[in-house]
Amino acid sequence: MPQMTIAEALREGIREEMRRDPTVFCLGEDIGVEGGFGGAFTVTLGLSEEFGHERILDTPISETGIAGVAIGAAMTGMRPIADVQYGDFLFCMMDQLANQAAKMCYMSGGTVKVPLVMRAPVGSTRRGAQHAQSLEAFFTHIPGLKVLAPSTAYDAKGLLKSAVRDDNPVLLFEHKLLYGSKGGRAEKGALSPVGEVPEEEYLVPIGKGAIRREGRDVTLVGKLLTVYRALGAAETLAQEGIEAEVIDPRTLVPLDKELILNSVRKTGRLVVVEEDNRTNGWAAEIAAMVAEEAFFWLDAPIRRVSAPDTPPPFAPVMEEFYVPSEQRVIEAAKSLF
Amino acid sequence: MDTALTSLTETPTCAESALLLDLYRQMLLIRRFEERCNALFLQGRIPSTLHLYIGQEAVAVGVCSALGPEDYITSTHRPHGHALAKGVNPGAIMAELYAKATGCCKAKGGSMHVGDMEVGMPPAIAIVGAGAPIAVGAALSAKMRRSGQIVVCFFGEGGANEGAVHEAMNMAAIWRLPVLFVCENNLYGASTPVSQVVAVKDIADRAAAYGMPGRVVDGNDVLAVREAASEAAARARRGEGPTLIECKTYRLCGHSRSDACNYRSREEEAEWRAKDPLLRLQQTLRDEPFRVDTAALDRIEAEVTAVIDDAVAFAETSPNPAAEDTLKHVFWEDR
Repeated sequence: MPQMTIAEALREGIREEMRRDPTVFCLGEDIGVEGGFGGAFTVTLGLSEEFGHERILDTPISETGIAGVAIGAAMTGMRPIADVQYGDFLFCMMDQLANQAAKMCYMSGGTVKVPLVMRAPVGSTRRGAQHAQSLEAFFTHIPGLKVLAPSTAYDAKGLLKSAVRDDNPVLLFEHKLLYGSKGGRAEKGALSPVGEVPEEEYLVPIGKGAIRREGRDVTLVGKLLTVYRALGAAETLAQEGIEAEVIDPRTLVPLDKELILNSVRKTGRLVVVEEDNRTNGWAAEIAAMVAEEAFFWLDAPIRRVSAPDTPPPFAPVMEEFYVPSEQRVIEAAKSLF
Repeated sequence: MDTALTSLTETPTCAESALLLDLYRQMLLIRRFEERCNALFLQGRIPSTLHLYIGQEAVAVGVCSALGPEDYITSTHRPHGHALAKGVNPGAIMAELYAKATGCCKAKGGSMHVGDMEVGMPPAIAIVGAGAPIAVGAALSAKMRRSGQIVVCFFGEGGANEGAVHEAMNMAAIWRLPVLFVCENNLYGASTPVSQVVAVKDIADRAAAYGMPGRVVDGNDVLAVREAASEAAARARRGEGPTLIECKTYRLCGHSRSDACNYRSREEEAEWRAKDPLLRLQQTLRDEPFRVDTAALDRIEAEVTAVIDDAVAFAETSPNPAAEDTLKHVFWEDR
């Protein structure tokens, strides 16, 4: 089976969907310019050679416009895959995402659909505060948007293909340290997981999580980069006799609640690990859900391991302090025993 | 519309007369519909705020007369006139204002979001200026699908100052998309006069900065609007790109409910009442060469009254939505 990075898997997913369906097209900044980057993290590199510049559409630096154009095209028979160079730029297009894309099906009484995909890289990577935020949680709070967060190459391709075929606006968050971008776009300190990606057609269903590691003592829930922090922590914990179960929801909206609840019912302990900052965050929602629905299975308080309530810092020493480390996950898990 | 009439000729054909009467009927429908909405609102029948289109009817009717049913429009927080001119069913609009299950948006939209995709009007977009990039997206889609459709983006002089409109106009121009940006300059953004928020005399001047034609039109002259829109539509259909049309007009009513219009003078209002687009068209019809008699105009009035009576009856007798319908339509599969 071929081995791929996440960037390669996403590219293959886009290529397959564009070959399958002539209404699928890409738009974004610097995605198809000859001699350019193929998107900020090389995901669309080379696609304009096969599909041309009409379907790999380079835009002006106009994030509101990119989102609005994607919405208008999606409402009228196309299936756009838009992207922003950095997730932080989603804030520029917030009205289009939150007021237009998310509400159009609802306020039309279910007569207008908006089948668009918005891809966005997140994660702190030594670029300072405005090219670093993990802002998935914002979008999980907006009814009408689906939110995906693949952490493996297999899931990245399978979820992207499902997102393209979904009839709703879907945000696909991708982590900069997981892409495996190469050449000049490679990231320092990247994990760049390489994984098996079948050549034959497959989809990863939206709304189904994955158990990345089985264990009986404590449940660690992470997403994107923090799945790997949780897995690393689980290895260390195992050496100390604590068997952690690592859950990767893969889809944040809709959320595979039963997967998490069943794990907590088995382990009785929960640590949620997120790179987003803490207050009113995603981990808080998971904790509340478990407290409401699995309280009597808990043997210990729920712990959150989050970024602090600061903007993402620049200095490497501060960034390492900000992004949840394996050590913080280990400490949080051990505090429950 | 199958006749090309955009200005008056000395010896009108039957088709030209029929067209003019049809434009009149549509404008009258909007006027009377809005007046009825206002009365129903004051009677407590409509549980919504209302932004009425009274005084601006020539813009919606003139522009939409240049479109086919397959073409798209995007609208604003003041959408009833656009909806009626584009062909949304009056009963479905009224039922939506009444918050009834039979409304054009199943009571999920309300006054500010009326629309019907079946006739090329997505729910009206009540965030000022936000419809512009969406209109451009629909135009990009039309171009990519080679459907021949064009798109009209209605917005106000207030919306003209939104960043989304700037981004949209630039994108439409660089990609030569089939869009008509129709700015309805009614001189006030809510209570704020345009002179306080725009430094140029004409918003249409901004078109040059995007590399598209810009035109100023008497927005209270339905034939002038139709002529400008037809020319821009033909240009768009030829693949030559977007046009910005600024229609100078005036709200002959308040911005929304309970607006006493204390920010503008009674003299100014009287000046604009004398330029009422409906009365102007009525005079044109009465004058040479059309010489439409009072009986014919009365017949149109009666037709329009009947349409509105039916719309109100439909709304009054329609069922309310169920409270738990709140949970439907969040996602496409929840219908």
